[in-house]
Amino acid sequence: MQQTSYYQPSAPSPASAAAVSTITGSGLEVIGLECVRDDRVLFSGLNFTLEPGQARLVEGANGSGKTTLLRAICGFVRPEQGTIRWWGQDIERVRLDFQAQIAYLGHAHGIKEELTTLENLRVAQAMGAAREGVSPVQALTRIGLEGFDQALVRTLSAGQRRRVALARLLLTTSRLWILDEPFTALDKDGIKLVESLLDEHCTSGGMALISSHHAVSLACSVEEPIRFS
Amino acid sequence: MTGFRLFTAFYTLLRRDLLMAFRHRGELANPLLFFVLVVSLFPLALGPDSRTLAPLAPGVIWVAALLASMLSLEGLFRSDFDDGALEQLLLSPHPVAVLVFAKVLAHWLITGVPLIVLAPLLGVLLHLPQPGMPALMLSLLLGTPVLSLVGSIGVALTVGVRRGGLLLSLLILPLYVPVLIFAASAVGDAAHGLQVGAQLTFLAAMLVLALRLAPIATGAALRISVG
Repeated sequence: MQQTSYYQPSAPSPASAAAVSTITGSGLEVIGLECVRDDRVLFSGLNFTLEPGQARLVEGANGSGKTTLLRAICGFVRPEQGTIRWWGQDIERVRLDFQAQIAYLGHAHGIKEELTTLENLRVAQAMGAAREGVSPVQALTRIGLEGFDQALVRTLSAGQRRRVALARLLLTTSRLWILDEPFTALDKDGIKLVESLLDEHCTSGGMALISSHHAVSLACSVEEPIRFS
Repeated sequence: MTGFRLFTAFYTLLRRDLLMAFRHRGELANPLLFFVLVVSLFPLALGPDSRTLAPLAPGVIWVAALLASMLSLEGLFRSDFDDGALEQLLLSPHPVAVLVFAKVLAHWLITGVPLIVLAPLLGVLLHLPQPGMPALMLSLLLGTPVLSLVGSIGVALTVGVRRGGLLLSLLILPLYVPVLIFAASAVGDAAHGLQVGAQLTFLAAMLVLALRLAPIATGAALRISVG
C-alpha cells in the first residue's frame, strides 16, 4: 500500500500539514465548479468551503443540481470545470485517502434487502474506514433500531431502512458526511435523531454537506446554504 | 494493518455475496439448469449414436458452458447498482479492483464450480471418450474463471443500460472466442489421446492475464456506469 495515511481517522494535524507543502486552509474546498447533465448546465462557477465543525445545507428546487453536486464531490460525476480540494489537494490525486474520509448517503440506501440489518452493518464496517470501539449493535441501538439486528432489511419499513443506512455513518471515522435528503421517510423522532447525530459529528470536528427540503435545526455551526436556482 | 483491513474487506464482501446467493437458491440453479438442458437436448436431436455424438461433445459442452456463464453474469452488478451498494463499494477506501475481484470470485464459486462438477456427467451423456474427461474438467477449471473475469468488464459497462442483455453479448462474445477455441480443442485432442499441454498452458496464461487486468478494467467501467 503506497498510502501511508490510509486510515488516519481525522484531518491532518498542523504538524503533518506543515510537512506537506501543498496543504492550505480549508478541509473541503470547491472552486469554480460547473456540472452539466444532458447538455444542460446545472450550475457553474460554484465556490464554497467547508471547515471542520461546520455543516452546510444545499437547497434548491427538484432537478436543480443538488444531488449532482454531492455526487461530484463523491467522485461519481466528473465536473465539466473546476476543482474540488481536500486539505488543499485535488481529490482526483488523493482519491483513496479522500474516500476514507467521506461517508455518503444517497437516494439509494446502499444496503442489501436479503441481509439482516446486522449483516449489512458488518459489511459497511469492513468496507469503510472502521471506527474503533463502535459495534454494529451499538450503532443500531443509537439509531433507534434496538432489537432489529436479526431482521431482514426486506421486512423493514422505508423509515427503518433509512435508519439502517444512517447507522452506517456511525461506524466509520469519516470526517465528511455527504447526505442526500437524509430526512426522507423519517418520522419526527428520526429527524431529531439525525439532527443530534449531525450536531455530535460537527462538535467533534466533522463536516457535513446536506441536501434537504426540510428545515434543519442544528446547534452546531451552520454555514450559509448553497442555493440553486 | 492496512493489508489486514483489505483482506477483511475482501473476505466480508465475498461472504456477503455467497450468503445472498444462498438465500436465493432458486436463481442460483438457473444457469446450471440451462447448461444441463442445452447439452441433454443434443442426444435427443442427433440420436444416441456414439459415433455422431463423441466428436461433437467437447464443442457442445463448452458452448453450453460459455452461454450459461454469460447468462448468469448479467446480474453480477445489477442489484448493487439498483440499491446503491455499488456507490458504497466505489467509495470504499480500499482499491476497487480488489473488491471487484471478491465479487467475481463469489460469482464464479456459485456459477462456475457447479458447471465443472456436472461436466463429466454430461460428457458421459455425449459419449465423450474417457481420456477426454480430465481435460474437460481442467479446461473448465481454467476457462470458466476467464469467462467470469472478462465478462465482468462487459457487465460493468452495461449495468447502467436497461435491457443491456444483447449489448452485453455483443461486447463480450468476441472476447470469449479464444477461450472457446483453445478449450474445445484441448478436450477434443485429449479425447483422441493427444497431448494437450499447449492448449491448457495457453488457457492458464489467459487466466493469469485476466486475473491481473480484468478487475482493474471492471473497476474503471463501474465508475463510468455510476457517473
